Amino acid sequence: MSGESTYNPGNGFTRWLDARLPVMRLVHDSFVDYPTPKNLNYWWTFGGILSLCLGIQIITGIILAMHYVPSTDLAFASVEHIMRDVNFGWLIRYTHANGASMFFIAVYIHMFRGLYYGSYKAPREVLWILGVLIYLLMMATAFFGYVLPWGQMSFWGATVITNLFGAIPVVGESVRTWLWGGFSVGDPTLNRFFSLHYLFPFLIAGVVVLHVWALHVTGQNNPSGVEVKDPKKDTVPFTPYATIKDGFGMSVFLILFAYFVFFNPNGLGEPDNYILANPLKTPPHIVPEWYLLPFYAILRAVPDKLGGVLAMFGAIAVLFVLPWLDTSKVRSARFRPLYRQFFWIHVVVCIVLGWCGAQSPDKILIHVGEGGFDVTDLSRILAIYYFLHFLVIFPVLGLKEKTKALPDSIADSVLGKSAAKA
Amino acid sequence: MSKIGKIRMRSLLVLPVIAAAALGAMTLTASSVKASGGEAHIEEMDWSFNGPFGTFDRDQLRRGYKVYKEVCSACHSMEYMHFRNLAEKGGPEFTEGQVKTIASEYTVEDGPDQAGDSFERPGEGKDRFPSPYPNEEAAAASLGAAPPDLSVIAKAREGGPDYIHALLIGYEEAPEGVSVPAGGYYNPVFTAGSGVIAMPPPLVEGQVDYEDGTPNTVEQMSEDVSAFLMWTAEPKMEQRKRLGFQVLLYLIALSGLLYFAKRKVWSDVH
Amino acid sequence: MADIHAEEPTRRDFLYVASGSFVAVGAAFAVWPLIDQMNPDASVLALASIEVDISSVPVGQEITVKWRGKPVFIRHRSEEEIAAAEAVDVSTLRDPQTDDARLVDNPEGKLAKDWLVVIGICTHLGCVPLAYKGEYDGYFCPCHGSVYDTSGRIRKGPAPLNLEVPPYKFVSDTKVQIG
Repeated sequence: MSGESTYNPGNGFTRWLDARLPVMRLVHDSFVDYPTPKNLNYWWTFGGILSLCLGIQIITGIILAMHYVPSTDLAFASVEHIMRDVNFGWLIRYTHANGASMFFIAVYIHMFRGLYYGSYKAPREVLWILGVLIYLLMMATAFFGYVLPWGQMSFWGATVITNLFGAIPVVGESVRTWLWGGFSVGDPTLNRFFSLHYLFPFLIAGVVVLHVWALHVTGQNNPSGVEVKDPKKDTVPFTPYATIKDGFGMSVFLILFAYFVFFNPNGLGEPDNYILANPLKTPPHIVPEWYLLPFYAILRAVPDKLGGVLAMFGAIAVLFVLPWLDTSKVRSARFRPLYRQFFWIHVVVCIVLGWCGAQSPDKILIHVGEGGFDVTDLSRILAIYYFLHFLVIFPVLGLKEKTKALPDSIADSVLGKSAAKA
Repeated sequence: MSKIGKIRMRSLLVLPVIAAAALGAMTLTASSVKASGGEAHIEEMDWSFNGPFGTFDRDQLRRGYKVYKEVCSACHSMEYMHFRNLAEKGGPEFTEGQVKTIASEYTVEDGPDQAGDSFERPGEGKDRFPSPYPNEEAAAASLGAAPPDLSVIAKAREGGPDYIHALLIGYEEAPEGVSVPAGGYYNPVFTAGSGVIAMPPPLVEGQVDYEDGTPNTVEQMSEDVSAFLMWTAEPKMEQRKRLGFQVLLYLIALSGLLYFAKRKVWSDVH
Repeated sequence: MADIHAEEPTRRDFLYVASGSFVAVGAAFAVWPLIDQMNPDASVLALASIEVDISSVPVGQEITVKWRGKPVFIRHRSEEEIAAAEAVDVSTLRDPQTDDARLVDNPEGKLAKDWLVVIGICTHLGCVPLAYKGEYDGYFCPCHGSVYDTSGRIRKGPAPLNLEVPPYKFVSDTKVQIG
């Protein structure tokens, strides 16, 4: 896809620079002249939206670090100082805190888009794997960041998650002690989490560069799932076509973002995190942030400590091998009527798992005599389905499913659509 | 397949809706868990600061401050609040002079002086509200349980000011069969303690003299102090909503412009 | 690849320019909070004044107190020091200022000539000068050799200005409030 460069330095300086460091050429080829399939829909704007999210998080984060104090005695007070005394501190902190949620909304839409249109399939396996890696790093970063305000949820979230590592045989205890730097979550833990929370976004940015690189090698997938045949007919240049569309997508996304920051800044948070961390008292109901809830439900669905941890990490690990679990020759769910249904079932399963993660595990949903069918039972069924979806349905469906006829080219699929409209 | 093509434009509007609905569902479920813990009824009050344009009622905040000072502050600290905050915009907006007087009625510890000793002096605007107890242990030792700090209490409890108001008026005779241990009081709103709270009923009719002639009923005082505590938890709320309104207007206009620019750019492709 | 046709250039250009400038204006507004957060915050601005007991400073000595994170010299001047400061021909000074202009009234409303209060930061590059050192027995900055007199005025060396006088007043005969 990346053919001949069309960059043409306009003046003496750019010619001079181009012969020494062709950075302008790189930008031109990647973001100006880069051919994008002309049939991309708005679900494809989330890549740009995610870059925006990362940028916002890094900028607001660097600023918060100028005012925040990573000490168990002062962390909570320094956050209140930011909220009350620092000029626009409330705006910067609320943007950062809600920005994390917005980042995850965007990444989930981006990932489900990839699942729907088969964007993980050959030749885009590495692109997909890098994406999953970014997602993992995002979860780690979000977890470290959630600890920093040193509220009750920060402390107990850190305690529970670090104890997960204690479940690993042989090395678990040591790993947990390394994370803590003591015998429980405390000052050393907070300090190293702060350091890592500052580091990880730059790791994410690094992997994002690889992710975009890999994208530009294989070219973008598209809603038809058919590869670009004739760039002249099938693609449009990135600028202005994709830039303006991405810009519009970002602007609409920012409306949602601004709603949360300005009118519901604590709606996605937990009231308990406005209580200073107390190592002697666990809040009655501890839950992770919403974006981790499905995994939390899977963790609790397994009645064994190590088993739960393995299931939880397995739920993410399975994504890495997804490109080889899917045996279908056809990428896009548009032409896979059965997969399309399973896709939506899977979306619902993930959302309901998230709901389960927010409930008390022993909450009874259907009463039968003394006991009944409780949240843990439901989580178990859904967790099993989650794995079935990837490990069984994916390979079997690819072999059995009768797919629809693919269009010959992207241009044809666009024309077909116009015809249908008319 | 062509159906998907047709909803292309609509899908764009659907995105935020889906996202908001999913998030809404999650937050709702999260809160319903907590609410289902007890049978207490937490009434949703019609606060002046509700809604996207709601602001604090200055007079109510001033009355609320008086209730805090004369009742709550005997046991509860408010350590992230400074006297100077009382004069800030978007709060009770006392004058600088009034704040000076209010602060000087408190004694604060300062030091070391040139001789190295700590000393006491009248409070000033820059000082924090002094805590009634030197530390949590001392408070727990003298009261049985450490009273929580009130600076951000309205954000630290599900229901916020509604909860505080309901709690303050929620004291009842314990029903048959509920045993209340010594030093405890029955208050079904306090689900964290299964209806038993260590705080004695703090408000009695006519307790705080309101200078503006507002009837000093328990209901009125609890509303006023709840509003005051909402302000201490979120002192920048009015600034936030005002700026938010401007930002939203800007973003909507920008989205409109970009939408038409996008259509124009893509007109030769479709 | 589809070519960008140049049809209807005016409308397209207008939309481009309008969107572009809209984004630029928004970005400019968005940058302001990011800069303003670096200004002194409300807690810093509130810590503006201190009170110092000067009853224990004998004539011919000075104390250093901290105000806004900076050293402030409070010097109990002797008759000779006052005389030396007043004898200078102001027109010969680099930063012309009379000694009187650098002092304030005591509680009785008379100029407190025996008390000099200056910020102990050399106006050259911010070092703390040494008291009772240098040619004029005022202040001498060890970093680059600026010399100040007993009124804290610059006399020799690279510093451009006199030592700054902070806002201060006598609240009683023995107490000074700085800030």
